[in-house]
Amino acid sequence: MSGRGEQKLFEFICDLHLHTCLSPCGSLGASPRGQMLAAAARGIDMVAICDHNTADNVDACRRAAVDTGMVVLAGMEVCSAEEVHSLAIMPDVEAALSLQEVIWANLPGHNDPDVFGMQVVADHEDNVLGFCDRLLIGATQLGLPAVAREVRDRGGLLIAAHVDREGYGVIAQLGFVPRDTYDALEVSARGDVGMYRDEAERLGVPLLRNSDAHDPDDVGRVTTRIRMAHRTFDELKMALRGEAGREVIQD
Amino acid sequence: MNLRELVDKLNLQVVCGEDKLDVDVPGVYVSDMLSDVMANAAPGALWITLQVHQNIIAVATLRELAAIVCVRGRQPEADTIEKAMAEGVCLLTTDKTTFEFAGLLWELGLRP
Repeated sequence: MSGRGEQKLFEFICDLHLHTCLSPCGSLGASPRGQMLAAAARGIDMVAICDHNTADNVDACRRAAVDTGMVVLAGMEVCSAEEVHSLAIMPDVEAALSLQEVIWANLPGHNDPDVFGMQVVADHEDNVLGFCDRLLIGATQLGLPAVAREVRDRGGLLIAAHVDREGYGVIAQLGFVPRDTYDALEVSARGDVGMYRDEAERLGVPLLRNSDAHDPDDVGRVTTRIRMAHRTFDELKMALRGEAGREVIQD
Repeated sequence: MNLRELVDKLNLQVVCGEDKLDVDVPGVYVSDMLSDVMANAAPGALWITLQVHQNIIAVATLRELAAIVCVRGRQPEADTIEKAMAEGVCLLTTDKTTFEFAGLLWELGLRP
């Protein structure tokens, strides 16, 4: 009898951590259109938009990518109270915006554009729709367990962002990676993936490499190959869990 | 107390911002959580921390802090120094631990 395991699987090139001009410290050139065209030009098959503590540019990215054939997942880089960054990749834009609501309800402070940039909300054609006044660079009042709960309750995946980095990396902030929290660990473009293999194995999760690009030039500077039947959120979930032949290819 | 005086008295290493030392230090803030410093440090304060990554510079700029003192001999990263020089932020280091250094500042009469 044939089952899911017999479906034809393909290797897709993924960059699951992209920012836009909405993120603090983002380049104005990193408009939704700018970032999506850069990714498509580099042959990336699937991206996730993960702006700091917001998902307001995700839909614009989706629209901007429509003619490229590239798949765009809805995400957010959440900063927990412990100042740990985690990537929340959500099933769809609605789930991401629902997460945004609870994040914003727990995110104090106002942005200072001179220090952190203008935090531009844009459409898919580079039109400026507004500026986010919230302190997106800030930490939410939600601890990491609460963040994980809010993401899971909305069907999302949680990835420890740039675990190799001192700034806002879970290992630097907490001294360890908490169990039963993350679906994957991300190593940044500058990190040494080999250093984290044992830890990932111990936790039973894969390692991802993503660009964390705040600028079109950095899009796809590192990527991850993921084996899936299709480029969908559900397939990504299976790949992170190593189910039915889907997997994250570890170099 | 004048920052230059403090640097001399406590043997601090000046990583960059030599030209920023002629200021009075009205107060001190100790924290390793950037969000905490952003929310609570007073303008002009001296910030004591063990964080050495580049994000500390934006925080110092935001709160107009007098300088950042990195403790326990921790050296600011190359990115951090580059950003500090670009933004005009004074970076200092000490071998002392946070507790010890804060204690010494207190003994010199500095207060929050």
